Amino acid sequence: MSKARKTRNTLENTGNGHAHAVTREGLSSMAQPGREAVPGSAVLSEVASSQSKKPEAIRRAPGRKGGKREELMVPRAEFQSYYGKPILNEPTWQAPDIAGYLFLGGLAGAGGTIAAAAQASGRPGLAHVMKTGAAAAAGLSLVALVHDLGRPARFLNMLRMFKPTSPMSVGSWILAGFAPLSGAAAASAVTGKLRPIGAAATYGAGALGPALATYTAALISNTAVPAWHEGHREMPFVFASSATAAACGLGLLAAPADEVEPVRRLGAIAGMAEVGAAKFMEERMGLAAECYHEGAAGRLMKAAEVLTTAGAVGAAAGRRSALLRRAAGAALLTGSALTRFGIFKAGVASARDPKYTVVPQRERLEQEKAGSEAQAAPQPKAETGAETNAKAKATQ
Amino acid sequence: MAVVDVQISAFDNGQDPARATGYTDAPPRMGFFTDTSVCIGCKACEVACKEWNHVPEDGLVFTGMSYDNTQGLGADTWRHVAFIEQTKPMGAQITTPTQVAGGAVAGTDGPSTTAADGDNPVRWLMASDVCKHCTEAACLDVCPTGALIRTEFGTVVVQEDVCNGCGYCVPACPYGVIDERPNDGRMWKCTLCYDRLQVGAEPACAKSCPTDSIQFGPVDELRARADERLAQLHASGVPEARLYGHDPNDGVGGDGAFFLLLDEPEVYGLPPDPKVTTRDLPQMWRRVGMAALALAGGIAAVFAATPGQGTGAAMRRVLR
Repeated sequence: MSKARKTRNTLENTGNGHAHAVTREGLSSMAQPGREAVPGSAVLSEVASSQSKKPEAIRRAPGRKGGKREELMVPRAEFQSYYGKPILNEPTWQAPDIAGYLFLGGLAGAGGTIAAAAQASGRPGLAHVMKTGAAAAAGLSLVALVHDLGRPARFLNMLRMFKPTSPMSVGSWILAGFAPLSGAAAASAVTGKLRPIGAAATYGAGALGPALATYTAALISNTAVPAWHEGHREMPFVFASSATAAACGLGLLAAPADEVEPVRRLGAIAGMAEVGAAKFMEERMGLAAECYHEGAAGRLMKAAEVLTTAGAVGAAAGRRSALLRRAAGAALLTGSALTRFGIFKAGVASARDPKYTVVPQRERLEQEKAGSEAQAAPQPKAETGAETNAKAKATQ
Repeated sequence: MAVVDVQISAFDNGQDPARATGYTDAPPRMGFFTDTSVCIGCKACEVACKEWNHVPEDGLVFTGMSYDNTQGLGADTWRHVAFIEQTKPMGAQITTPTQVAGGAVAGTDGPSTTAADGDNPVRWLMASDVCKHCTEAACLDVCPTGALIRTEFGTVVVQEDVCNGCGYCVPACPYGVIDERPNDGRMWKCTLCYDRLQVGAEPACAKSCPTDSIQFGPVDELRARADERLAQLHASGVPEARLYGHDPNDGVGGDGAFFLLLDEPEVYGLPPDPKVTTRDLPQMWRRVGMAALALAGGIAAVFAATPGQGTGAAMRRVLR
């Protein structure tokens, strides 16, 4: 620093003997700057460029290397932000509406498909439970969605167009198909009227069910929210298994004992898959996985894991005990709901902290930089003249 | 009627989003180049924007964050001037009394011998942030109602008579720009003064900027001007100057409103490497498809493997 100042002083004192400095009288011995004013232009460029390396070195935040857990805990000091303010705007969605919808939509979708399978395999009791459950869940999920709109009276605008780039648009159309079909199926099952139409509606809802249960993964992953977006590869599988576990939970709770066997088996598998898929997602997520372990989201995810595991084990062991089956069903249902609320809250938490936006992006930039440098090194001929010169200077 | 292409990331990499959307006779793409090196933090842009666009009050709070009580972009803040105080010299600027007294003004030859205490350099960074009007705009991609549109100027605008307040655009925006207006329920953001553009006037913020830190014009022209300005600053000893959002090859296909910054983007509250989320959507849909098939297949397999009613009985029930 002192060397730089020395150079600067000598430079200033050569020339016409005046220094360019901001004084009480204004900018001395210099024309007033126009639009092209240059900050610090009083001094020649060499001085400044000799200083330029310094802030760079201080600034370089090591960030996270590899995927080790202890290195995940990056202290706040290691990245820069604007007064710690979030970069993203927090989702305006309300947890009871949207996390509730993620759960209800999953329950309805998987329930609709199980209802169709139960109908096809001749299990009317199970089919009855799943049809009414799916219709109720679909109806409630519609209420939740409309309630969450800033302008609920305009909910029909959702069907103004079909847009594959918007999972919400795709989902609106799926739900617009599923809700009436599952409603018709349930109405026919409850009243015993129009059975052929009821059966057709059941199979129609059953065909749409898997889409309804899984599209919500694309819905939340297709955002800039780190804890949602970084899980976009695994989220559909978390949601598919969680939806199936919830629907099986409902079946275990309410279906007649002699028809419950398929959902008992399926529930055990889906519950374990839900816990496993969520763990796998967190493993592969990088820094934002922290949000699934801390705070309210962390507690919800932990509770979901415990309940879903217990539910799956209970379902597996509950072949002969109706009580155990019911308890397992309740645990699977609750576990699935908690998973959805946990994922929702983790996303909100990750949007609130600039760390989860800045650190991975900075890392990505540095990897790209390192990658392009490594690529450029063996083939200097591909570079532009300026780059080659710079590199040659650097190696000298 | 304009044909609206609904395609995934089909834009011509930053060059002409209006034409890619289906406008056949579009004017040149318009945007902002915000040169923060000449921003003086006067906030005329914030005020002009509020006045022209009739944007309501956005909270009267004292934050203690330098001179910034506005805090960030949102439904009711379409321009936001950031203030950053740093203990760094700005370029090779003469910043301290000691330098002035000891070195330059007194005219002594030797190096200043004053202790470093009390002559820490200070620089203020000021920058007026705004909606980036991305070439590949996530808010526009995810809007299910079509309330968000691409205008003929290549900008991104919310149609307030269509928006139903679903809120999807809010978490989709990688810059944290668009947000919900309380007690209104709809989503709002900078329109790049669409009304003024349509009559050939420049946006209110650029019009009011006393130092021309905010420059408005055709994006091509602004990019050339930005390159020139960057070279000028680098040649003048401001190596930390850099452009942000000008590159059509970045994660959003380049911004219609881009910046010259004097520090890393995150220092200004900007994401260092934003990416439009829709680029990963084809992969997401494939994964959703796989998961949906797994769900259907799993249910079918378990029902098929579970002894009970035979398929014969099932078929009879189906046909009945």
